[in-house]
Amino acid sequence: MSARVPLPRWVDVALLPLLNVVLAFLIGGIVVVMVGQNPLEAVGIMLYGAFGYGSGFGYTLYYTTDFIFAGLAVSLAYHAGLFNIGPEGQAYVAGLGVILVALALNGQPWFLTVPAMVLAGGLFGAAWAFIPGYLQAKRGSHIVITTILFNFIAVSMMGYIISKILKPANVGSDESAPIDAISRVPQLRLFWELFKNSPVNISFFLALIALAAVYWLIWHTKFGFAMRALGHNPTAARYAGISNAKVIMITMALAGALAGMVAVNNVGGVQGRLILNFVSGAGFVGVAVAFMGKGHPIGVALSALLFGALYQGGQELAFSMPGITREMIVTIQALVILFTGAMGDMLRPPLERIFRPRVSASAGDV
Amino acid sequence: MATIAQTPEQRLATAAALPAAIELDGINKHFGPVHANRDIHLTVRRGTVHGIVGENGAGKSTLMSILYGFYTADSGTIRVDGKAVTITDSRHALALGIGMVHQHFMLVDNFTVIENIVLGAEDSALLGRTLSKARAQLKQLATDYGLEVDPDALIEDLSVGQQQRVEILKALYRGADILILDEPTGVLTPAEADHLFRILRKLRDEGKTIILITHKLREIMAITDEVSVMRQGAMVKTLITEQTSPGELAELMVGRRVLLRVEKGPANPGKVMLAVENLVVVDDLKVPRVKNVSFQVRAGEIVGIAGVAGNGQSELLEAISGMRDQSLGQVIINGQPVSAFGDDGAARLREAGLAHVPEDRLRMGLVTNFLEWENSILGYQNDYGQGLGLDVAKAKAEARERIAQYDIRPANTDLKSANFSGGNQQKIVLAREMERNPDVLIVGQPTRGVDIGAIEFIHNQIIKMRDAGKAILLVSVELDEIRALSDRILVLFDGQIVGEADPATADEGELGLLMAGVHDNAGSTDAARLPEHVTPVEKTLTEMSPLPNKDVQQ
Repeated sequence: MSARVPLPRWVDVALLPLLNVVLAFLIGGIVVVMVGQNPLEAVGIMLYGAFGYGSGFGYTLYYTTDFIFAGLAVSLAYHAGLFNIGPEGQAYVAGLGVILVALALNGQPWFLTVPAMVLAGGLFGAAWAFIPGYLQAKRGSHIVITTILFNFIAVSMMGYIISKILKPANVGSDESAPIDAISRVPQLRLFWELFKNSPVNISFFLALIALAAVYWLIWHTKFGFAMRALGHNPTAARYAGISNAKVIMITMALAGALAGMVAVNNVGGVQGRLILNFVSGAGFVGVAVAFMGKGHPIGVALSALLFGALYQGGQELAFSMPGITREMIVTIQALVILFTGAMGDMLRPPLERIFRPRVSASAGDV
Repeated sequence: MATIAQTPEQRLATAAALPAAIELDGINKHFGPVHANRDIHLTVRRGTVHGIVGENGAGKSTLMSILYGFYTADSGTIRVDGKAVTITDSRHALALGIGMVHQHFMLVDNFTVIENIVLGAEDSALLGRTLSKARAQLKQLATDYGLEVDPDALIEDLSVGQQQRVEILKALYRGADILILDEPTGVLTPAEADHLFRILRKLRDEGKTIILITHKLREIMAITDEVSVMRQGAMVKTLITEQTSPGELAELMVGRRVLLRVEKGPANPGKVMLAVENLVVVDDLKVPRVKNVSFQVRAGEIVGIAGVAGNGQSELLEAISGMRDQSLGQVIINGQPVSAFGDDGAARLREAGLAHVPEDRLRMGLVTNFLEWENSILGYQNDYGQGLGLDVAKAKAEARERIAQYDIRPANTDLKSANFSGGNQQKIVLAREMERNPDVLIVGQPTRGVDIGAIEFIHNQIIKMRDAGKAILLVSVELDEIRALSDRILVLFDGQIVGEADPATADEGELGLLMAGVHDNAGSTDAARLPEHVTPVEKTLTEMSPLPNKDVQQ
């Protein structure tokens, strides 16, 4: 019966997540102490590895790019009341679109190939997400189940396509033919010396544009209005003449297109070829990013940066402190997800108690 | 403990000598802006059946929830057996001997009767002893009060009436001396209700105190010793049942609204704006709810649809406004047939000039999570801005205008709609639908849950729309509202229009007969034919009409 006490907005979107992250690091620090390492040193290495020098920062931004796209794919669908767990598969299938146009246009300069890759990746990702959307809209198949299953189907299908169809005869590993350097998505180190040998590429700017575009779409378009109406109250949406089925299908296709940009970043910008399982979990991180960011593009950007830094800093840490294994870093990452996602509201009641008087005092001038 | 049956006077006399079972003094409870209970005083005497009546939202359930520890009162004192107590939760209430049987049963479906009864009252981690003790006690209760239930039956296999008996047993097993029943007969068949009343009488004769919350006056008259009437959160009056009548109680329940009249001139019907032809609506369970209904509404007239709730009004409204798929027949607006099928039917109907104030604003008419301005364009969002973009500035500017025009409070377009009171939410919906200059306006329950001041405003707006030459279809469970506003009344019974009445000449009795399905071509029908799902207030309305009611067995 107890209704949620509204917290001041900055507490809700900034302080609460920040406290959650700090708590996660505290617990993570205890784990580090337990294995006999110095937690302060570990944090120092992580921070330095993620932000301290050009190449490391470049890697952080590269991972952040992936997580922004995947996070937006989840967030967008969430505003229409759809829980899209499928960015992993959507990004994977989008890789096929990216590589097909890239190979077809191979040798052309990047300003021709990149728009084509974006378009193809978007289309393939959209198509892969549209099917669960259609099944939800027309057949009532639950989107959570179908998107999860479509991740598995994507893995099998893409495995077959890569190893049996795309793999050139003279190549040993399971991967497609490479794209010429001139046709790849340009990496930022070409323009800024700072990023040395890091893979961050102009997809990062695409991600920033996507953040703004999603914000505009959700809160400043008619479609966004329809989407949110559906997400909050399907009956009222129908009352408003909003076709639930149509909105579900379009939203899922848009979400899939956003997830597809992960493939542009990876296939077009880093590998220059389609390799097996290139998404490697970025799509799933997107679910955590979206929830930590509360579905808001700004929140998504911040939490994507946090996860990007955790990824990059974590790898640096595993490299510099042999006492801290790769598994330990996954543990810390898991703690962050646990505290910000699953237990994200754990600190809410005390914060509500702290901020209650201020809320009621400021209610008068709202 | 009194074991011989007494007359009501004797009972009250006996009870007067004892400290009151429950005494409430100056109870107040607010939910946000809603004053759900205002300064309630109530005395329930030991060993009596005390009825509490009132309309939906009168505050009955809130009051009982305070007594049972679900809510704590903002102010006031509660005395149980003469001792002042602060009831913190239901466990505490039980310790004080107060048990409650909820309207919606709180039973675990896949547990047996006995498991449900001991649930939460286990003596130790191992169940064996508790269960055998409970079994013995259950047998005792069954013989004492006629509460026979098979202790090993699964709840899901029991009828609703039996499930209710389990709820009563649960309370008794926990030592309840005072039993609160919240709308106990709402879900029961008449036979089950009769059985329940026999049980309640037995319980009373054995010295238990029973508080019966209901809005069925018939039950109050049949079983209670005293009755308290609540209206809009306040306790209006407590009467001795034998000295009152259903008529007096009804008047107390609805207050002055019985005398509600709206100033309006004669109607000037013009051409047919809304025509419904051979409409059939089938519900999700494939049961036909509207059966071949045809009618017309002309420009400049208000046609009211009267009927006991559950006779197809909601389905009729929803079909005409494009909220339902499974319908046959035609909806013609301004001479043009409009397809209401498909999940975007509402958009086509709006385009054709139909505006719709839905019956249930929270479920349909509003997205409560939306800001005020967003709800003020819901359904018309495509009129704001060119291309893809939504013209937020224009939407807000118009929302501000409407807020001023309709006196919506607080006057804040950026406030979440859930934070507005019911009356103001209704005004948001009305302003949105009326200010579009529609040809046809469909209004369902325009004043449900709305305070008196807003009711008058809303009624005047509807009349203004009529005088501006709009065709208006009105559905309301408030017969007074239908009579006050309508120029013509159509009576819907069992999905069919069974008659038409002129509000100026038709009297309540005549309408009541029609609403109960008694009309010339159907022969005589009695109230027993009322569908089971009709809500009690409406049932009461028809029961107040001069009909051969099936009486409760005394």
